[in-house]
Amino acid sequence: MMNDPIQVFRTEASELFEQIESGLLDLLHDLSDRDQIDAVFRGLHTLKGSGAMFGFEGLASFTHHCETAFDQVRKGEVPATEALVSAILNAQDHMKALIESPGPHHDAQSERLLLTLNAALGGSSSASADGQIAIEGKAPSTKTGSTTWRLKIRLPKNAMANGTNPLGLLNELRGVGECEITADRTSFPDFLNLSPLDLHLAWDVTLTTERSRSEIEDVFMFVIDDMQLEIQELPMRSVPAGAVGDGSAPRPPQSVETVAAGKLTDTKSGSKAGDNVKVPAERLDELMDRVGELVIAQSRLSQLAASIGNGQLRDVSEDVDRLSGELRDTMMVLRMVPVGSLFSRFRRLVHDLSRETGKTIELQTDGESTEVDKTVIERLADPLVHLVRNAIDHGLEGPEERLRNGKSSTGIVSLSATQAGGEVVISIKDDGRGINRERVRAKGEAAGLVQPGAVMSDQELLQLIFKPGFSTAEKITNLSGRGVGMDVVRRTIDELRGTIDIRSEFGVGSEVNLRIPLTLAIIDGLLVRVGDSRYVIPLSAVEECLELSLEEDIRSRGRSFISLRDSLVPFLRLRDLFATGTEPELHQKCVIVSTGNERVGLVVDQIIGDHQTVIKSMSKLHSTADMFSGATILGDGGVALIMDVNQLVLRGQSKEALMRAAV
Amino acid sequence: MDAQILTVDDSASIRMTTKITLTNAGYQVTEAVDGLDGLNKAKAGNYDLIITDLNMPNMNGLQMIEALRQSGSNVGVPIIFLTTESDAELKTRAKAAGATGWITKPFNAESLVKIVQKVLGR
Repeated sequence: MMNDPIQVFRTEASELFEQIESGLLDLLHDLSDRDQIDAVFRGLHTLKGSGAMFGFEGLASFTHHCETAFDQVRKGEVPATEALVSAILNAQDHMKALIESPGPHHDAQSERLLLTLNAALGGSSSASADGQIAIEGKAPSTKTGSTTWRLKIRLPKNAMANGTNPLGLLNELRGVGECEITADRTSFPDFLNLSPLDLHLAWDVTLTTERSRSEIEDVFMFVIDDMQLEIQELPMRSVPAGAVGDGSAPRPPQSVETVAAGKLTDTKSGSKAGDNVKVPAERLDELMDRVGELVIAQSRLSQLAASIGNGQLRDVSEDVDRLSGELRDTMMVLRMVPVGSLFSRFRRLVHDLSRETGKTIELQTDGESTEVDKTVIERLADPLVHLVRNAIDHGLEGPEERLRNGKSSTGIVSLSATQAGGEVVISIKDDGRGINRERVRAKGEAAGLVQPGAVMSDQELLQLIFKPGFSTAEKITNLSGRGVGMDVVRRTIDELRGTIDIRSEFGVGSEVNLRIPLTLAIIDGLLVRVGDSRYVIPLSAVEECLELSLEEDIRSRGRSFISLRDSLVPFLRLRDLFATGTEPELHQKCVIVSTGNERVGLVVDQIIGDHQTVIKSMSKLHSTADMFSGATILGDGGVALIMDVNQLVLRGQSKEALMRAAV
Repeated sequence: MDAQILTVDDSASIRMTTKITLTNAGYQVTEAVDGLDGLNKAKAGNYDLIITDLNMPNMNGLQMIEALRQSGSNVGVPIIFLTTESDAELKTRAKAAGATGWITKPFNAESLVKIVQKVLGR
C-alpha cells in the first residue's frame, strides 16, 4: 500500500477519469440517462475537491467549471447536449495534463476549452473568467482594548442529539475571555416531560475580552443559524469589577427586551441599559392569568351592581371596570413584539431560495413595526416559511418565462403586516403566475378531496391547497411540493383562531392573507343565549344583529337564507344545531358573522350583551367539538362556550353550495 | 482511551490524509468507503466522532446522516461533513438531517484537527 497521499490521489484520479469517461460515452447514446449524469457529476466533484486538497489548483479551478456545467444539467437547468458532452470529453485530456505537469503554462489551453464549454452551454454559463475557487477567509479582527459583552445563548432543542456539546461551547467561551456564566432554567419542563436528549437550558454570559464580536460568534459557527444568540456590548463604565455584592465580574444590566426569537440585538451606545427591566416571559404569563381572573371578577361585580341598583356601588363598579380594561390593555402591550423581527429572517431564506431555484427574487416588506403578541409571533414563523417557499417555488416564474409574459425578470414577493381592529393581517403576495384553478380542481379530485363535479365557491376551491395530501407540483423539489406544509399552515392558523384567505389571478399573482387575533388570551365577545345555555361569539367577527321574526323563520324554513341588503346570506339555527330541544322564542335574533369575505347568520334566542372573555382552552376530550374554540367562566360562575366562527361559516357555506347546486 | 473517529469518504486520498492527520494528533481512525459502509460501521461501532463526505455513491452523506440519526443509534455523536465550497443550502440540509458541523475542502491538517478538537470539546 502506498503511503504518499499524492500518489494515492494520482491513482484515484485515473480511476475517476475512467468513471467520467464511461459515463460521458454512455450519455452520448442516451442523453437523458440520469444515473450517468449523476456519476459524471460525482466524478468531477471528487476530482475537484481532492485536486484542491493536494495542491493541484489549476486542475481544481478548471474542473470546477466542468462540474458547474454538469450541476446545471443535473438540476435540469440546461439540457445534456452532444456538444456539452463532447466539450467535457475534450476537457478531460486537459485535466490529465494538469495532473501530469501542474503549472501556469496550461492557462491558454484552459481558457480555450472553457470557451467551448461555455458555447455548449448556450453561452449562459456561470463559468467566470477568473476561475478561482473561493476559499473562506476571515475578516481581520480589530483589536481595541477589552470590552464587556453580554450574551444570551439558547441552542436549538435538538442540539445535543445532533452532536453539539454545549459544555464544550461554554468552555470555548471561557477560552475567549473572562466569563461569568448563569444558566437560565425558565424553560425547564417538569419531570414527566423531561426528555434527556433535549436541551432545555439557556445561558446568560458576561464576557470580558479583547476579541471582536465576530470572534465570539465564531465559537457558535456551526449552530449560529439555528440558535438564538444575542450579543450586546455593555457600557464601558460597568467594566470595573466589584460594583455589586459578590461581583468580581460585572453584573448583567437590568434590562428587558421582549425577546424575539433569533434576533440579534445591537445596543446603540446611546441607549441606557438601566431603563429596562428583564422579566421572564413566564411571569408575564402568570400576570396575564391574574388579569384574566380580575376581568372575570369585575364582570360579576358589574352584574351585581346593576341588579342592586345602588348608584354609589354602580359608580365604583364602573371605575373598576374602566381600570381593569386599561390594565388588560397595558398587559397586552407588554407582550407585544414588532413583526419586523419575524420578517427579517426571510431575507436569508429568499436569498437562498433565489440561488437554489435560479429565479431572481426581490423581497419587499412593509409594516415591520406592527406589534403582535409574542406567542403569536413564535407560532407564525413556520407557516410563513411555508407560504414564502410556496410563493417562490410554485408562484414565481423563471426569469425567461417572466420576460415572455411581459413582466420584469425579477419576481417580487412581499410580506406585509397591518393592524385592523383586534386583528393583525399578514399578507404574503407574489407577482407570479397565479393559481391555476383547473389544475387545483383536477388535483383535488384526483386526491379524493372533492367529489367530481361538486359545486364549490372560488374561495373553497382555492382553499383546497391547504388540505392534507394536496400538492400541485408535478415534480417534487427540495422546497415544496411534497403536500406537507400547507396543511400545517392551515392547522397552525386555526389554532391561533385566525383565518386564511387567498386571492389569485391567473398570470398576475397570488396573495394569501392571514388574519390573526392580536392576542390569544382575552377577547371581546358577544354573549348570547341559545335554549338554556349561554355562548360567546367573538365580537371581532360580528357584523350586525338582526331580528328574525317567527313568520320570517317559518317562511324561510327548508332554505335557511335571509335576504340582507339584496344579498342572500345563509343562516344556521343554533337551536337545531345544538339540539337544545326548546321552543323558539317569538323574536329570535340573527347575528351576522364574517371571516373577512364569507358571511353567515347565526340564529340565537337572545342577545345578552358584550362580554370580555378570558379564554380557557378545551380539554383533549373536547377537541373534536370543532364548532367551539374554547370556554369561559361568566360573572355568575356559569360556563359559556366560545364559538369558532370559522367552522360555523364553513358549515353555512356548505349549505350555500348545496343550494347553488339545487338552483 | 483515544477518541475513536470514523471517516467516510469515497476518495481514498482524502481518507488517507484524514487518517494520517488525525492519527498523528492522537486519535484512532477507521475508514469507510461510502455512505452505506459508513452507516453499517457507525451502527456496529462505538465512535466519538464521524467525519463524512456528502457526495458519494451507494448512499450519499445526507442520506447516511439522516439514517443514522433516525436509527436511534449514535444519538449525540457529532457528525462533521466535508463540503467543497461554502454552500449555504447544503449546510442547511445537512444540519437539518442531523449533522453537527462542517469543514470546507480543501482543508489543511491544522484546520481539521482544530475542528475535531472543537467538536469533541477537547
